[in-house]
Amino acid sequence: MSNSVIEVPPKGGFSFDLCKRNEMLAKKGVNPPSFRKTGTTIVGLVFQDGVILGADTRATEGPIVCDKNCEKIHYMAPNIYCCGAGTAADTEAVTDMVSSQLQLHRYHTGRESRVVTALTLLKRHLFNYQGYVSAALVLGGVDVTGPHLHTIYPHGSTDTLPFATMGSGSLAAMAVFESKYKEGLTRNEGIELVTEAICSGIFNDLGSGSNVDVCVITKGGKEYLRNHLQPNPRTYTNSKGYSFPKKTEVLLTKIIPLKEKVEIIEGGDAMEE
Amino acid sequence: MLIQIFEYNGSALVAMVGKNCFAIASDRRLGVQLQTIATDFQRISKIHDRLFLGLSGLATDAQTLYQRLVFRHKLYQLREERDMKPETFANLVSAILYEKRFGPYFCQPVIAGLGDDDKPFICTMDSIGAKELAKDFVVAGTASESLYGACESMFKEDMEPEELFETVSQALLSSVDRDCLSGWGGHVYVVTPTEVKERLLKGRMD
Repeated sequence: MSNSVIEVPPKGGFSFDLCKRNEMLAKKGVNPPSFRKTGTTIVGLVFQDGVILGADTRATEGPIVCDKNCEKIHYMAPNIYCCGAGTAADTEAVTDMVSSQLQLHRYHTGRESRVVTALTLLKRHLFNYQGYVSAALVLGGVDVTGPHLHTIYPHGSTDTLPFATMGSGSLAAMAVFESKYKEGLTRNEGIELVTEAICSGIFNDLGSGSNVDVCVITKGGKEYLRNHLQPNPRTYTNSKGYSFPKKTEVLLTKIIPLKEKVEIIEGGDAMEE
Repeated sequence: MLIQIFEYNGSALVAMVGKNCFAIASDRRLGVQLQTIATDFQRISKIHDRLFLGLSGLATDAQTLYQRLVFRHKLYQLREERDMKPETFANLVSAILYEKRFGPYFCQPVIAGLGDDDKPFICTMDSIGAKELAKDFVVAGTASESLYGACESMFKEDMEPEELFETVSQALLSSVDRDCLSGWGGHVYVVTPTEVKERLLKGRMD
């Protein structure tokens, strides 16, 4: 028996137990696996009443589409949302973690969260891991100081902008923004511009696809328009579907009943004291 | 020789949602690269009566991960005096995998269970815990590319258990037939609120 410590549930943070083994495997010529990325086109813009965020819904694993309708706009606080591009596990984990930290902070201070708080928590975490936590984020929200929109890069640098795009489809989306953005957009104009930018990413970038998600955040509240536009429906399905006249050959069948039938005896003898 | 770690043992896993039921299926081959060493390998394990976990990828990591998850679930049962909901279990698996972000387990889990109100729940993750919650089907393993195609065309909404079994079996067998590293039959579990039907499929043994 090796002299290793008994494994107790860890208190949090990363565990590097398997690194030595994985390094040994890499030296023997074993290629590390590819992680699920979110290819992605994510955008945000500031309009007259607040902030609008937009994202596509494709998740890729190498060249294969593994999720045709995933959610890339993550909840951070009732007035703050964050779109994530990069390694899917990293964007989900980092936004979940900062969302919990913001909630604890709200309990502590008794006030609505500010966008700069979320920004600082995210950038400190990402810088701490020197870019190895591969999350590129577009953070937007409305707080007491007004509407804010920021981009956060995997190494921890941030920008504060009136309109922003990230992800593999960022150039396609930025082209739309640069030509059509103006200050003081109305809600409908803003949603239309965001939708157009995401569509540009969906149709021109191979890493982005499927539907458009939009999130409108104003001082009054937020409106999460999941699948606001679905420009890629499945039109080729046969309404009859597949039928299998020849059944699959079965070698063995085992049936395990789940709910045990219990007989309830009414008015039985009372238990002896 | 350069090898892909996920192709060392070979595997095929699929889970599909039906009407108040779900099916989870796997192949039965265990190999060391191109040599087959077992044809009755169990990839799908029961966590509790209404929750099943399938683990594809490196078999040694799959076994270790399974043992850790059973340990955590037993602790949960002792503390909470009830079984874990599938959604909670999926979060647990995701957290355990993400904990090892920079030195991961080489596994891709497929989780399938019946939640509250007998609503079926299926989910898969990549090796660092990025959850994918699907409403129709999820796939994992070396045969995953073929499985995506087969399931995409054969899936129908709201299938009854018998039809669901037939669909899952056909999708699995046709996909593993196009993959050298998985096959040698199939193992299908169809779970409804009242019973679990476990069936072994006859497939090509090559």
